[in-house]
Amino acid sequence: MSVQTWTWILVGISFTLYFGIAIWARAGSTKEFYVAGGGVSPLANGMATAADWMSAASFISMAGIISFAGYDGSVYLMGWTGGYVLLALLLAPYLRKFGKFTVPDFIGDRYYSNTARTVAVICALIVSFTYVAGQMRGVGIVFSQFLQVDIIYGVLIGMTVVLVFALLGGMKGITYTQVAQYCVLIFAFMVPAFFISVQMTGNLIPQIGMGSTVEDGTYLLDKLDALHTQLGFKEYTSGSKSTWDVFAITLALMAGTAGLPHVIVRFFTVPKVKDARKSAGYALLLIAILYTTAPAIAVFSRTNLIETVSEKEYSEIPVWFKNWENTGLISWTDKNGDGKIQYVAGNALDGKKPIYTEDRGTFGERLISNSNMSAKNELYVDRDIMVLANPEIAQLPNWVIGLVAAGGLAAALSTAAGLLLVISTSVSHDLIKKQLKPDISDKAELMAARIAIFVAILIAGYFGINPPGFVAAVVALAFGLAAASFFPAIVLGIFDKKMNKEGAISGMIVGIVLMLFYMMKFKLDMFGGGTQEDWWFGTSPEGFGTIAMFVNVVISVVVSRVTAAPPQNVQEMVESIRIPSGAGEASDH
Amino acid sequence: MSDEQKNASAYWKENIKYLTILLIIWFVVSFGCGIIFREALDTIRLGGFKLGFWFAQQGSIYVFVILIFVYIRLMNKLDKKYGFDE
Repeated sequence: MSVQTWTWILVGISFTLYFGIAIWARAGSTKEFYVAGGGVSPLANGMATAADWMSAASFISMAGIISFAGYDGSVYLMGWTGGYVLLALLLAPYLRKFGKFTVPDFIGDRYYSNTARTVAVICALIVSFTYVAGQMRGVGIVFSQFLQVDIIYGVLIGMTVVLVFALLGGMKGITYTQVAQYCVLIFAFMVPAFFISVQMTGNLIPQIGMGSTVEDGTYLLDKLDALHTQLGFKEYTSGSKSTWDVFAITLALMAGTAGLPHVIVRFFTVPKVKDARKSAGYALLLIAILYTTAPAIAVFSRTNLIETVSEKEYSEIPVWFKNWENTGLISWTDKNGDGKIQYVAGNALDGKKPIYTEDRGTFGERLISNSNMSAKNELYVDRDIMVLANPEIAQLPNWVIGLVAAGGLAAALSTAAGLLLVISTSVSHDLIKKQLKPDISDKAELMAARIAIFVAILIAGYFGINPPGFVAAVVALAFGLAAASFFPAIVLGIFDKKMNKEGAISGMIVGIVLMLFYMMKFKLDMFGGGTQEDWWFGTSPEGFGTIAMFVNVVISVVVSRVTAAPPQNVQEMVESIRIPSGAGEASDH
Repeated sequence: MSDEQKNASAYWKENIKYLTILLIIWFVVSFGCGIIFREALDTIRLGGFKLGFWFAQQGSIYVFVILIFVYIRLMNKLDKKYGFDE
């Protein structure tokens, strides 16, 4: 069967599964809608958290980014897993004991202030929207490449699917669809990895294959380092970022992970504090399966790519190369006119994506009109190709290629659903119920939550179809925003009994404003813009969350020490969340 | 201070002790071995891996998983010891 047929079949089966689950797990009350009724088992919650967490970016882009960045890619590996240690040790058990529905709920109650609650809601909305727009775009890309439809239709299909299971089931429906989506995505990620690992190193386990020898008896990593040096790239295992920047980015990603509202909220869905700890453990274990495989895929595909294309005649290049050239993810310009592909260090284009003309060159390649023709490098490769095209590059069976499409969709849809739920609860629970209309009935609140999801999907879909240039730049920074705003407020709320509302509010505001400013200045060229030389303390925008977070902590602590201590009942509440027993169910009051 | 409060603050103190130790390990394997001392560790080999690179891309993740499960075990024991188990 053809790749197309396999893709339709596998995507069809997995979608039917998600719909079935959504209908089976319909939510009837706000409690089911917000926290799945509070009765999710730790293992199921771990799987749901893992699917919620692993987005289109983790599935499609991460291995590719690492593949091009080498050692520098470690920031994502350590950052996005190390955050779970913080989450499990510093947040999950206490937030579960506190037993409310949302993160702004915790902030609002712990800091006895609706201002704090509002600041938290705004932070949650900024973080979630920047993140969800990227997911919808991911859905569109996967659909358009594998099913040959326009990105617009891809996004529309994705919106409809998410809408159905989020509207019907709320947190309950989403939790169980995410369990299914985890299974689909991890299977889809691992199968090609096993195949390629065996092909290249004779070792079934990719994590070990990565450090094994290849046919000629040299270690794979040494061979790749040699290839890199030969072609003028930095050594794969060394990287080119400064030690401080690697440090700062890793820490920002860790704290951001622990502060992302759609992940935190998952720990409210288990029955006991003990289960919250346990499900954090399962979540990281299940995430680690993908995250330790990704660097192996990165190394395999990098080596494969260089060996397949470097100094090869374009006319004899395998068919996958031309297929992906047609979708716009690869471009080749024969700058020196020898008909061979020169892939060496340097920017093949002028730092943009290829701009294709309608014409074909001497060898049938697509011509482009980008301007940078002085650099020796002739090949442009989009990073996303490393996972999507990997099965084709390694000549795996057609069903594996279809499976990767289903997996990519599972990853994007599960994350989008989780985020949309956070957005809707922020609006219906934290804004309407807690602030505007406290006497709203359970039923009306549920209605408001569903309307909020609907509106949020429309906005997310709009950004998916018309991605503003800033989305790609900003998605990576959602972590910096979460690190700079929530994370300190929650941790200090638990571990510092004397932290008061004045401290927390001023810390959060200064933290997020500082981060937003830095992001706008250096990523979006506002406030005069700036280049790498102008970075504060040599910190990239991706790593700046670390600095903003420390500023947040310092301001919180200083302000809280010069203003009145929190009231007695709040201090008692802090004492009570430190003790695991008597958590009871997550509730409204 | 009542007995109940004493019990609770003793529990919290031990909890903080565990957290401190576990977070020191968390810091050492990732920021220490994977970033700050990476170049020095890269002179040591672990099969086909340079050691610092291995910590950054594989090792620290394995340690993170182990850390959380150790934490779960320690805390379950601690809950029992202080009668907060349920």
